[in-house]
Order: sequence, then C-alpha cells, then structure tokens
Amino acid sequence: MRDAYAWLAIGLITLAATTGDLLLAYSMKRVGDVHELMERRGLLGVIARVLRTPTFFLGLGAMAVAFYSLLFGLSWGNLSLVVPASASLTFVANAVAARIFLHEQVGRRRWIAAFLVAGGVLLMAA
Amino acid sequence: MTLRKYLVLAGITVLSPTGDALLARGMKEVGSISLHNLHSLILAILNPWVAGGIVLLLAFFASYMSALSWADLTYVLPATSLGYVLVALIAHFGFHEAIALTRWLGIALITAGVGFVAAGPSVTTSHPHRVHHDPVSQEAEL
Repeated sequence: MRDAYAWLAIGLITLAATTGDLLLAYSMKRVGDVHELMERRGLLGVIARVLRTPTFFLGLGAMAVAFYSLLFGLSWGNLSLVVPASASLTFVANAVAARIFLHEQVGRRRWIAAFLVAGGVLLMAA
Repeated sequence: MTLRKYLVLAGITVLSPTGDALLARGMKEVGSISLHNLHSLILAILNPWVAGGIVLLLAFFASYMSALSWADLTYVLPATSLGYVLVALIAHFGFHEAIALTRWLGIALITAGVGFVAAGPSVTTSHPHRVHHDPVSQEAEL
C-alpha cells in the first residue's frame, strides 16, 4: 500500500509540475530576460512585470499542487525514490510538452537525453 | 552564457535537492499522511525542517524563474541535473537510506542524459518579448 501511495504521488507530481513548468516558462518568456530588465527597471520593475502576467499565477497554482503532492509522497516513500522518479518523469513529459506548446526545438541531443532519463527512471523503479 | 547565468543554474542545482532533503527530514517527523488525515499536510509547514525546506525552495523558485526568462525549459531542467546526484548522496549519507546498485546506475544514466543536453544551446526559440539576445546560445540545435 505504501508503494501504491508513493507512485500515486509521483504521478500527481509529474502532471502538476509539467503543467506548472509550461505555464511558468511561457510567462517568463513574455516577461523577458530578468537580468536585462533588472538593470533597466530594478527589482520592483521585474516583480511588477511578473505579477502582471496572468499565466504566472496559473503556473504557481499548478506548482503548489505539485508541492503538496511531494509532501504526500515523501510521507510514504523514500527521498531517493520519490524525488528522482518524479523529477525524471517530469523532465520527459516536459520535453514532449515544450515541443508541442512552447514550440521549443527538441532536437536529437535533447531526445537522446529524454530516453537516457527514461531508462534511468526504469532502473530506479526496478 | 555569462558567469551570472551559470551561477543561477548552480543555485537551482543546489537549492532544490537541499530543500527537498529538509522537507524529507521534516516529513519523517510529521509521520505518514493518508487520505483520512489530510489536514496534517497543512500543519506540516509548522515543522522547522519543513519550514526551512520551504525557504530554500522559494530561493530555488526565484532562481528557476530567472533562468526560464533567458533559456528553454528543456535546457534549464537538464542543465541543473546534478541535483539528482546530490539527492542520492544526501539520502545515503544524511538519512542512511540504502540505495541499491540499480538505483545508482539509474541516477548515473539520468545524469548522463541531462548532461548531454546541457552541452547544447540554451535557447532554440525566438520570442517577441525577449529583450536580450545571446547569439552564442541561439546556435542551431543538433
């Protein structure tokens, strides 16, 4: 039962974190390079610009779901399983989702990496 | 890529696993949470270890947002992959969790995969709102 709960949490973390990552990446691309922005408008200017981006809050909500799923998972499974497994699955899901929704060019190098990570996840779950 | 950007990536790498480790320590003190006592999940943030973990994860979040403003999502995640190794080391030496050989191999495979990506360009898309253009990091993907 402990394993079932741990893997349920891993699934929830992956789904919520991928959604959150996509929304936050989209938001920050709209905001622009924060280093450049900070030099021109200061920290408050950066914060104001981020807070004026609606998708940022949706991303934050998804990340909050992922965070509480992580707490749930850590109460049932080992740190060395829950964190790497969910993070790795999130990485693979992100590679697919970023290509579809963010139009990132996921080339050969990044696909090979995705398969290596997937193999690593299988080994960790074995 | 500037030194400042590499430092942001290094911050993401270290802050996330350290924060996770503090959370794990705290959640072991809080105890197992089931669907019948979900309110314990809310109260868990009062535990000092969980609170410390949250502070580190907030710092991680700020660094992560910064990185996402100038690099692809599929670059930032793998480029900060050494965090997986840190998690394993913290779990093994800090919490004395037994880590089987296959799990070590899995961690090595994951790290190899993400390291593969980190050697590539950091940006593959152009955005109308981007204010900084780094010609080196916008080279064509393999």
